[in-house]
Amino acid sequence: MPEVTTDDDAGDGIQIDMISAERMEGMRTMEKIRLILDGVHDDNIVILEDGLDPDEESKLIERTMSEINPDGFTGIEIETYPGSDGGDGGFLGRLMGSDDPSKLTVIGPANRIETLHKDETLISTLVTRR
Amino acid sequence: MGLLTDLRSSISRATSSLFAGTEPKRIGIYGPPNAGKTTLANRIARDWTGDAVGPESHVPHETRRARRKENVEIKRNGKSVTIDVVDTPGVTTKVDYKEFLEHDIEEDDAVRRSREATEGVAEAMHWLREDVDGVIYVLDSTEDPFTQVNTMLVGIIESQDLPVLIFANKIDLEEASVQRVSNAFPQHETVPLSALEGDNMDEVYDKIAEHFG
Repeated sequence: MPEVTTDDDAGDGIQIDMISAERMEGMRTMEKIRLILDGVHDDNIVILEDGLDPDEESKLIERTMSEINPDGFTGIEIETYPGSDGGDGGFLGRLMGSDDPSKLTVIGPANRIETLHKDETLISTLVTRR
Repeated sequence: MGLLTDLRSSISRATSSLFAGTEPKRIGIYGPPNAGKTTLANRIARDWTGDAVGPESHVPHETRRARRKENVEIKRNGKSVTIDVVDTPGVTTKVDYKEFLEHDIEEDDAVRRSREATEGVAEAMHWLREDVDGVIYVLDSTEDPFTQVNTMLVGIIESQDLPVLIFANKIDLEEASVQRVSNAFPQHETVPLSALEGDNMDEVYDKIAEHFG
């Protein structure tokens, strides 16, 4: 997994893993979910260039639930562009001139990431340190 | 998503359709926590069978297991449709037992509830992928419907090709906005109601018969 923060002070910062569509392309559903949840368990913010399909999202929720425990992990916060409905492909689709429903997805630990605002053109997120 | 999974799913749906004439359709009531799913399930069950489905509460995740009320026969305009109503736990991506403490629940009980709630959400997702024939998606019309969980859930329902109705619940409350719910999911029909007060239930039953009959 690509690591943005690698120096000795990494513990004070927030690691962001930006995962390309190419990297996810050949993975099976559980491999993708494991990649995401391992990152989130490490308190990282995971950004997927191309998000999960609905079936994978369903299994991500299911898997997340099974890993929640009262002593630490409280689940995930997830935000996606464009909406899962595909619609007209959202601004990325329009930008690319296609209806490709690829969706930028941001996932983080629920106790560290909070969505402040979301509309059709903006996601504003607050990420807190440990 | 493997080939075997696709095949199993296709066989399951084909088998279901073979028996569609004889078996009631299982209609899952889905939505975020505290949208009024159990209140709606109870309203439907009481109106047509006289029994309730489960306890209602303002505490989130009161429903922590999917509950089914079988053979609910709804009669509309001289015809009847028989459904199994499946009341499911509210879907979320996070559960923190500390939230239960705010409702005067002791810590041990809160931990137990949160554990059961996580199992319930996982169970609800499993039902959605494998075991329901249609979905009533319930939203609290006083709340912002543009949440990621709602978007994901409706996307998952659409990907399963399941018939779906959006119910904008709690219209008895002053802050309710049915328009906001319709705007969030314009691709689906939105039906306003108050499951608690029984408002607009005639239209609710008309739409259930129309969509799931």
